[in-house]
Amino acid sequence: MIAADLLVAQNVGFGIISLLMIIGAVRVVTVSNVVHAALWLVIVLSGAAAQYLLLSAEFVAITQVLVYVGAVMVLFLFGTMLTRARIGAESDLNNKNWFLGIPVALLMLGVMSYVIVDGFGSERLIDNSGDMQPIPVQLISDDIFGPYLLPFWALSFVLLVAVIGAIVLARKD
Amino acid sequence: MLTTQFLLLGAVLFCIGVYGVLARKNAVMVLMSIELILNSVNINLLAFSVRHGSVDGNTFALYVIAIAAAEVGVGLAMVLLIYRNRRTIALDDLSEMKG
Repeated sequence: MIAADLLVAQNVGFGIISLLMIIGAVRVVTVSNVVHAALWLVIVLSGAAAQYLLLSAEFVAITQVLVYVGAVMVLFLFGTMLTRARIGAESDLNNKNWFLGIPVALLMLGVMSYVIVDGFGSERLIDNSGDMQPIPVQLISDDIFGPYLLPFWALSFVLLVAVIGAIVLARKD
Repeated sequence: MLTTQFLLLGAVLFCIGVYGVLARKNAVMVLMSIELILNSVNINLLAFSVRHGSVDGNTFALYVIAIAAAEVGVGLAMVLLIYRNRRTIALDDLSEMKG
């Protein structure tokens, strides 16, 4: 009953996209080639943008594509190219104690899954009949320049300091 | 759609990112894993935004994206600096600050 109720187009899309994202994320942390890891990360970030569209957050999805897939990936590829003499598979990308990360991550996943399922259970995010309206950008801008103006100012200072800091750090003298 | 499915997806991505931060030695790979963690937080923020019918989650997701961009810029500048001084970006070798 509930399973048939949940089998709507949004859920099918969610399943496919999240499967791609999880496969991509696992490849990012296991693949032995830095450039390949960056390209798998593109899949995860684009999948995240698609999930934002499913959550009717169009402006955030577009920002995600612009900032992450556009700018951050180029930065990563630059960083890879500038710090690497050769492009190819490497054997020593992992720590010598890398296996300790697996129980830590699994334990954390278990605790978080238990808490989430216990807290929210089968609560509906939206009902299947109601179509979600996309959030107008005007509301977001009213939010940014209204109650959250102070964090916005702080954020602009952070960006300014980050730009100056990156120039000072990377400058050759 | 259920609230749980988005939160679980965020939890899975978060844990994969935590594993990457713990297991990787290459500094660029650690930065990529941090991006995974920040993205899972964004998915949670937007899911709660829909759940509460408010746009605050969208606003904070945008702030998180901006902070992540600044973090990657400074982080990669530091990685380049370390590489220039030491010819390696393996995090195991950076032990000057160990007590």
